[in-house]
Amino acid sequence: MSTQAAFAAALLDRQLTCPEGLFSVNGADPASRFAVYRNNVQSSLINALAHSYPVVAQLVGGEFFRAMAGIYLLGNAPQSPLIKDYGDDFADFVEGFEPAASLPYLADVARLERLRTVAYHAADAQPLSHQQIGAALANPQALVELTVEFHPSLHLLTSAFAVVSIWAAHQQDATLAGIDLNVGQHTLIVRNELDVEVFAIDPGASAFIQNLQNGQPLIQAVESAPAFDLNQTLSLLITHNVITHLHHNKVTP
Amino acid sequence: MNASTFGLPPRAGLGLKTEHFREVLGSHPDIGFFEVHAENYMVAGGPFHHFLGLIREQYPLSLHGVGLSIGAEGPLDTQHLKRLAALIERYQPHSFSEHLAWSSHGPAFLNDLLPLAYDNATLDRVCEHIDQVQSTLKRPMLLENPATYLAFERSTIDEADFIGEVIRRTDCGLLLDVNNVYVSCINHRRDPLAYLNALPLQSIGEIHLAGFAEDTDSLGDRLLIDDHGAPIDNAVWSLYQHLLERTGPIATLIERDNQLPAFSVLHAEARQADELLLCARGRP
Repeated sequence: MSTQAAFAAALLDRQLTCPEGLFSVNGADPASRFAVYRNNVQSSLINALAHSYPVVAQLVGGEFFRAMAGIYLLGNAPQSPLIKDYGDDFADFVEGFEPAASLPYLADVARLERLRTVAYHAADAQPLSHQQIGAALANPQALVELTVEFHPSLHLLTSAFAVVSIWAAHQQDATLAGIDLNVGQHTLIVRNELDVEVFAIDPGASAFIQNLQNGQPLIQAVESAPAFDLNQTLSLLITHNVITHLHHNKVTP
Repeated sequence: MNASTFGLPPRAGLGLKTEHFREVLGSHPDIGFFEVHAENYMVAGGPFHHFLGLIREQYPLSLHGVGLSIGAEGPLDTQHLKRLAALIERYQPHSFSEHLAWSSHGPAFLNDLLPLAYDNATLDRVCEHIDQVQSTLKRPMLLENPATYLAFERSTIDEADFIGEVIRRTDCGLLLDVNNVYVSCINHRRDPLAYLNALPLQSIGEIHLAGFAEDTDSLGDRLLIDDHGAPIDNAVWSLYQHLLERTGPIATLIERDNQLPAFSVLHAEARQADELLLCARGRP
C-alpha cells in the first residue's frame, strides 16, 4: 500500500492503527499526532452534514446526529472536492438506519433539506414578468399548445408524512405539537430571487406541475392531473417567479 | 518572477464569509481585498455568485483553492482544474493560490490538508502538478506552506528547502502563511526565524495570518493546531512584523473560518495588519 493509501484509510477508519513511517521530533507517539488529522477529517465531514441537514439534526439531537453521521462517513467518503455535494444520498442512508426507525419521516425531511440546498445553488434564470404571462394566458385558443418552462431550481417532493409542517416548525420554535405527522404532503421547492421557498401544495397541483415539467401542454397537464385549484396554483407559480418561458408549440393534428 | 508579478495590493484583506455579504455591500468597508475559497463558488448560480459578482466590482479578489490536492500521489483532477479555469475566467482574480499538501486519494476526497514526505519523488511530482496548473490556468499560482503535526521517516529534504526548490523549478510564487510557520515550528521544534531565513522571501505574493488552537501530544508537549478559529496570536504578530521588516509591505489576509466573530472584529484585525504594513513602507 502506498503512503497516502495507508494514511487515507486510517483517517476514515478509527479501527485502523496509525500508519507506519511517521514520527514526532520530540519522540511523542505518532498516533497521538495522527489523531489530529483523523479528528480534523471526521469532524469536518460530520460538520458538513450537520450544516446541510440542520432540521434532521434538531429532530434527533446533536449527539445522535453526530453518531449517525460518523457511521455514514465510514462507508461514504466524499467523492468530490465540492464538499457542498457531500451527503447527497444521506436520506437513503437515514431511511435504512435502524436506530432512527422510530422517526419514519426523518428520511423525507432529509430529502427536503437536500432539495433546498440544490435549489439554492441552481442555475440562474430570468422569470417572465406578470404582464408577459398575462398576455400569453389571455388567448384561450393558444392554451392548448402552450408549454411552460420553470426556473431550474424548481423541485417537487412527495411524502407520506407532513414534511413541510415538520420542516417549517423547525424554522421557529421546533415543536411538533399540533402536527399530524402521518398526513402526507406534496412539496414545491423553488428559489425566488435569492431565497429558497418551500410550499405544501395539493396532490393535483403537484401532478400538474410534474406534467408541465414533462413537457405536456397546459390544458393536457390540467386534464391529466387529479382535481385541484388551477387559479390558485397558477397564481402561486406566477407570484413566486417560477415561470421562465412559455412556448407556443404547434400541435400536429 | 518576483512578488510584483502578482496583483494583490499590499494591504490587509479578509476572507469573504457568506454571513458578511450584505454587510460588506451595505457599509463598503475599507478593506484591501477579499479572498474566497474557490470550491465554494463551484456552483451553477444563486446567491453566492450574485454577491461575489457585486463585491468583485468593488474590491480586488484572491481565489484560494482548498481541493486541488497538488501533493497527491495520483494525477490531478482535470475536471477540477477546468472548474478553476472557469472561475478565473469569470471573476478575473488578482491571485490564485493552493497548498503544498494532498487532500484526495483515488476517488476519495478527505477534506483536510494532509502532510507530504519531502523527498525527490515528491518534489518531482509536486513540480509536475504545479506546471500543469500554471499551464492550464495560463497564470502563475502561489503555493502555501503547510501547518503539520507529524514528520515522515522517508523525508530527506527540509521543508523550507523543498519549497525553495519547487519555486525555483516552477516559477510559482509563495503564499507565506505565518501562522503555519509558527504552528509547524512549535510542533517540530524548529526555530521560526531560521525557517523564514531558509525561504525565498522575494517570491512571496501574499501572506496569511490566522489563529491556532492548543493541544498536547502523548508526552504532554505543546501541539498547536491550525484551526482558523481564534484571534491571531501575539507570537504570530511578532513573526509577521519581523517578516515585513525584511520584505516590505505585502498583501496580507486575515483568515478566520471557524468561531466566526462579527465583521467588525475581523476588520479590527485587518486594521492592525494595515498599520504594520504602513510601517513597513520603504523597506526593501
